[in-house]
Amino acid sequence: MAPSQIEARSRGRTAPTNTSSPQYFHKVVDCQWACPTHTPVPEYIRLIAQGRYAAAFMLNWESNVFPAILGRVCDRPCEPACRRGRVEEKPVAICRLKRVAADYKGEIDAFMPEIPKEKNGKRIALIGAGPASLTVARDLMPLGYSCVLFEKDPRGGGLMRTNIPSFRLPVGVLDEEVERILGFGVEARFGHEIKSLDVLLKTEGFDAVFIGTGAPKGKDLDIPGRREAAANIHIGIDWLTSVAFEHVHTVGKRVVVIGGGNTAMDCCRTSLRLGGMQVTVTVRSPRRVMKASPWEIEDAEHEGIPILDNHAPKEFLVEKGRLKGVRFQKMKEVGLDKSGRPRLEPSGEEVVLECDDVLMAIGQENSFPWIERNIGLEFNEWDMPKVDEVTMMSTRPGVFFGGDAAWGPENIIWAVAHGHQAAISIDHFCHGKRLTERPQPGANLISQKMGIHEWSYKNDYAPLKRVAMPHADKAQALRNLKVEVELGYDDKLAFKEAERCLNCDVQTVFSAPLCIECDACMDICPVDCINFLNNEAEPLLREKLRVPAHNKTQDIYVSDNLKTGRIMAKDEDVCLHCGLCAERCPTGAWDMQKFMYVEAQAAQACLTHHNAYLR
Amino acid sequence: MSYIPKPSAHHPALPRNTLGLTRRDYEGTMSTLCAGCGHDSITAALIESCFELDIPAHRIAKVSGIGCSSKAPTYFLNRSHGFNSVHGRMPSITTGAAIANRDLVYIGVSGDGDTASIGLGQFCHAVRRRLNMTYIVMNNGCYGLTKGQFSATNDKASPSKKGEANPFDAIDLCQLAIQLGAGFVARSFSGDKAQLIPLIKAALSYNGFAFLDVISPCVTFNNHPTSTKSYDYVRAHNQAVDSLDFIEEKEEITASYAEGTSLAVEMHDGSRLLLHKLDEQHDPRDADAALMAIRTNAAKGAVATGLLHINETQQDMHDILATDARPLNAVPMSELCPGSRALEAINARLR
Repeated sequence: MAPSQIEARSRGRTAPTNTSSPQYFHKVVDCQWACPTHTPVPEYIRLIAQGRYAAAFMLNWESNVFPAILGRVCDRPCEPACRRGRVEEKPVAICRLKRVAADYKGEIDAFMPEIPKEKNGKRIALIGAGPASLTVARDLMPLGYSCVLFEKDPRGGGLMRTNIPSFRLPVGVLDEEVERILGFGVEARFGHEIKSLDVLLKTEGFDAVFIGTGAPKGKDLDIPGRREAAANIHIGIDWLTSVAFEHVHTVGKRVVVIGGGNTAMDCCRTSLRLGGMQVTVTVRSPRRVMKASPWEIEDAEHEGIPILDNHAPKEFLVEKGRLKGVRFQKMKEVGLDKSGRPRLEPSGEEVVLECDDVLMAIGQENSFPWIERNIGLEFNEWDMPKVDEVTMMSTRPGVFFGGDAAWGPENIIWAVAHGHQAAISIDHFCHGKRLTERPQPGANLISQKMGIHEWSYKNDYAPLKRVAMPHADKAQALRNLKVEVELGYDDKLAFKEAERCLNCDVQTVFSAPLCIECDACMDICPVDCINFLNNEAEPLLREKLRVPAHNKTQDIYVSDNLKTGRIMAKDEDVCLHCGLCAERCPTGAWDMQKFMYVEAQAAQACLTHHNAYLR
Repeated sequence: MSYIPKPSAHHPALPRNTLGLTRRDYEGTMSTLCAGCGHDSITAALIESCFELDIPAHRIAKVSGIGCSSKAPTYFLNRSHGFNSVHGRMPSITTGAAIANRDLVYIGVSGDGDTASIGLGQFCHAVRRRLNMTYIVMNNGCYGLTKGQFSATNDKASPSKKGEANPFDAIDLCQLAIQLGAGFVARSFSGDKAQLIPLIKAALSYNGFAFLDVISPCVTFNNHPTSTKSYDYVRAHNQAVDSLDFIEEKEEITASYAEGTSLAVEMHDGSRLLLHKLDEQHDPRDADAALMAIRTNAAKGAVATGLLHINETQQDMHDILATDARPLNAVPMSELCPGSRALEAINARLR
């Protein structure tokens, strides 16, 4: 700790911000910070604006492995985090821009890492061919590992293939990204289900095993009539899998979907395409706490599917041994529980929805019947394997977990993040290095000044509204399961949307010794985030700013003491990164510097485009 | 100057005044002055003051002469009336405007060249006429637009950036204004908004001639270590004689203050000034004492700032001339132009 920091703490004041830690400026890049794989979002958005789609794609591929897939179906933790959403209504359409990079990337094979012909002699088993295992394979293959992939289904992709319908993720897009990794020389054994981990460990002599089998068991509902009507009641994810592998081609005319998550949205929209005429979604809880992403609910409603909330299923009605309908108890809200979720009570009113088929999408869970409980791999009280949160290793050395298999259902992008960490651990494990010694991220800051008031990024704020996504003709889309609904941005729409990015990675960097306290930056700042005042303890300091800083998730950038004894305090919350503070500064105390942050991975060969920024 | 306009986006939690406006609504176009210019800080203080006083921008007229300072009205209140006039002639233009429309709030912006050199005579008569206006001198001691030659307010002890000595004594505009009978005289510093904003608010609320001399460092030509108008020098030698709380009519006085060291002054519009004396000798109601405070501080090398002098009972030009209570645009045409018969009657009276 610097002397000035120690002094500030001892007087109950706010310590000067330590900008030498890469995590300070990393956090300012809200999208990158929120992304589990820390994809450098503003940088690739600028590349898209410049039409450099291949470079934008590669920055994505290096971070998140599946840009074309994620550009369509990512859970998008970056978008609610986007600063633009705090400045005006809607965040930048980051996910859709990612898709643009994938759609227009052109030829990229030359950028792929070289896979050594000579292997390092280490053999890794990957169980389950979903995003987590594929990420591990991608990270380890360039290091010379031999990876063997076991998958019970006939094709790779895991839930990305079985649970996401092709009108959201075309099979061709999925195949391309999966094949790219398998093409590195992964030994894929499709249709090979591992029935015993113990046998696998004993017979094949793998140096490490990675388990990425997801959360494959859909939850069931044990209410009257379930058994009698079994022929027409389906578990959502199993049914979607059957549709994906073309075992199921039709569904009844009237379909009731039970559940309010993304699987429910996929089930109802798939039903419409398989002949459902009257498809209804029912949710037990109130609409506002539905688990599905807002855009997926929007898409389902756009296709004319009603969503009935506060409907708790009570009984499957059976007539002559056949499903006739579902009886629901309507619920009403009576305040909130301790966790802030609505507390529900039966309202007394009952509703019957007649139907031919029921799809149940009420959640999914892990299932490890194939892992013996006596092989030194411990399970916790919820029958989940004990997995280290940093190293991804179970209590049995050499056995790693990732994706939904590790801690229950999450999403694709988290599975990728787990895969990267597991690959680092596996590499350390195979070479006798300590797993807890994690490689550090790379970071640097480079001034963007090109001349007087000229910057190497476009600092002119564009007051544009979010660009709407063009959709396929509805009548046509509903007739064919394989017609992709979202058409993607073309280059012009992409450019317009890219202009909305605030370039949050171009940081406002302040140098206290140069400041003459002329107030020019404070006066010009369009969002009143810069302040010159006496130092105080942080809660008081936050209140005393020109606009009090009530968003505590955002940091206050505090300078060293200035000549008058005051400090500069900048609320990072809604900074537009317009650079006017630096333009109006007579002494260069403010500078706009691009921050590049590179999360460490097992293989440097997978970070070529990232590392180019660190040189 | 910046090539981009100031972004239209503002902080979502920006406070609004009783008119429903934010301070951003009181801005003008982007400043083309040098980065770090004190004038931009005064501009920001004017914006903040008008916002806090809930003045609708279209009830304000901003008038200026020539110079860096006189460019500044472009950078605030872009919904106000404005007149960028002739060098040193801002007081005449303002007089004419004030005669025609007594209901507007007049902000005259001038510089040390515009006021203390070419416009000195105009300035003196504006004071003498008790024009109801706020006259702000953005005082940097040099001619910034023409490469920084000494102006008439540059201290004798303050050499130029290149080291040339200044042969002449400075004109102290505050002393001059007090001697000429200005009812409100204050001095402040562009780098001290905590002092400047209440002073501007008080000046705008004052009925009569309110004069504000604001030391405003010229970062390009007069901010060197030997200048007496640099940020560092003024900070080191700033001797505030009082501190001012401006209390709007609708507000309660909540702060407690000790008798003898504090002073409450009621303004024409019902707002009050709460003055905390930092210098016990100082009584701003006494013009002689105000002159003394300025001179004794100056003799010590200090700059006396704050509300130096106030005469809360002074009459303004309209009171003195007993003009019509209505602005001319509210006087019916039949009264404004009573016709040839009335003219003949006047002429007959003069024969």
